[in-house]
Amino acid sequence: MKEKNVIQVKNITKKFGDFTAVNNISFEVKQGEIFGFLGANGAGKTTAMKMLIGISKPTSGEANVADFDVYTNPEDIKNNIGYMSQKFALYDDLTVKENITFFGGIYGLSYKKISKKRKQLVNELGLQNIVNELVGSLPLGWKQKLAFSVALLHEPKVIFLDEPTGGVDPITRRQFWEMIYKTAHNGTTVFVTTHYMDEAEYCDRVSIMVDGKIEALDTPKKLKELFKVKNMNDVFLKLARG
Amino acid sequence: MSIFIKHISKSFKDVTALKDISFNVNEGELFGLIGPDGAGKTTLFRILTTLLIADEGAATVANYDVVKNYKDIRNHVGYMPGRFSLYQDLTVEENLTFFATIFGTTIEENYDLIKDIYVQIEPFKNRRAGDLSGGMKQKLALSCALIHKPKVLFLDEPTTGVDPVSRKEFWEMLKRLQQKGITILVSTPYMDEAALCDRIALIQDGKILQIDTPKEIVKHYPKTIYDVAASNMYELILSLNEYQYNHSVYPFGEFVHYTDKRDVFNSEDLLKYLKNKGLKNIVIKPTKTTIEDTFMELAR
Repeated sequence: MKEKNVIQVKNITKKFGDFTAVNNISFEVKQGEIFGFLGANGAGKTTAMKMLIGISKPTSGEANVADFDVYTNPEDIKNNIGYMSQKFALYDDLTVKENITFFGGIYGLSYKKISKKRKQLVNELGLQNIVNELVGSLPLGWKQKLAFSVALLHEPKVIFLDEPTGGVDPITRRQFWEMIYKTAHNGTTVFVTTHYMDEAEYCDRVSIMVDGKIEALDTPKKLKELFKVKNMNDVFLKLARG
Repeated sequence: MSIFIKHISKSFKDVTALKDISFNVNEGELFGLIGPDGAGKTTLFRILTTLLIADEGAATVANYDVVKNYKDIRNHVGYMPGRFSLYQDLTVEENLTFFATIFGTTIEENYDLIKDIYVQIEPFKNRRAGDLSGGMKQKLALSCALIHKPKVLFLDEPTTGVDPVSRKEFWEMLKRLQQKGITILVSTPYMDEAALCDRIALIQDGKILQIDTPKEIVKHYPKTIYDVAASNMYELILSLNEYQYNHSVYPFGEFVHYTDKRDVFNSEDLLKYLKNKGLKNIVIKPTKTTIEDTFMELAR
């Protein structure tokens, strides 16, 4: 199952005037893989991810996401991916039920399907007693689990997670990773952008961007061996500090 | 005693933010308050910096009472809140001059203290604070919090949202400030930063779980932790959760941290069980306890 590439990037570059934000990067991500996309502030992570989710076109190079071309079919890409960021995920002033219904509608699901998905999701997360509560009143950990499930409502081929577990208590954070493992196990590709190195430790493979280029790409285990260090934080420091 | 906190409680409507918090920070100590979002860290900082009054309990900072002597405290502490709170439309230099003037001093008078940090942003001194990168904003905020040579420095999540390189530089700066005799209370949600403090308090849901040096906190952990790995992480977690002797099962990067209920753990038995579950490339080996393991055990 893990043989098919869901993301294929070949020599993409993005320039803003004289500034090269992403400089000729290439990589593939397989179906059901948890891929960590790391880099310091300003390394080009966000610019690269914007191209992959169909909201920015590369200056040059080729890229395919969920079998669609980023130049010609960005709308198809948007229909086949999920996105969750820690900063924006759900509407605090809508209830749990309203958020699920709203996002289901945005993703173009039928009312019948939304209704079925909503029941399933509420049961799985154990939210039966709070479906009519405002999302703003929920603890952070619950919000994140709900946001993750909502981003999966339309059964996307890839889910993009932007620093998903920062600030959450360690136990909730692990429950969240168990959800990520389950999602990947069921065949959805998980693309995690982060500069929290402990999140990187959980990924199948990670890439590290420095000044617009991918300077390392492998499993966390092999990167640690290669740089002769104990954790991903030290791998990152060695690469970024030179 | 630089900071003295006794039986502090604080509620907002029906939410208890802090419940009977007591601890002391010694003079010249680098003390860490470690806990997730919503643990009560910011509420405690606001009480200690006289911006909020506790419902119950008492506290002193630099021997001044937080309620009776609030004006003295404000002259003797530096506070760097979690949210960037400088004037975005003033330049780097204007912000620093402003804070120096407020405290009746000048940049020149205490330049020694901030020199290490300020030289890194001095090339941009005519840039507006709002246009600085995250790392530079943080350095400016720290310079402003230090410009009146405070006795005690309060830093509320200074490294949140900051990449590992800037994070490491920031902690190196804190160590240097400590050597100049400043007492530092710093909060962070990053468990790996705990090891850099002299002593730490683990805090969750408004309650202190434990206070000690990072080394001692880890020593108190009651069990041996095993690193367990297999070719399929998801099935490994499910299988370990079903194993009748498990005490705790937590994913931990490329391994799962496993502890056993029994006094004598039989790794052969677990190996056989996991093999029967169809798992491959199984690894079971004892590992070192981390602060995060301790935190989770205490928070259970």
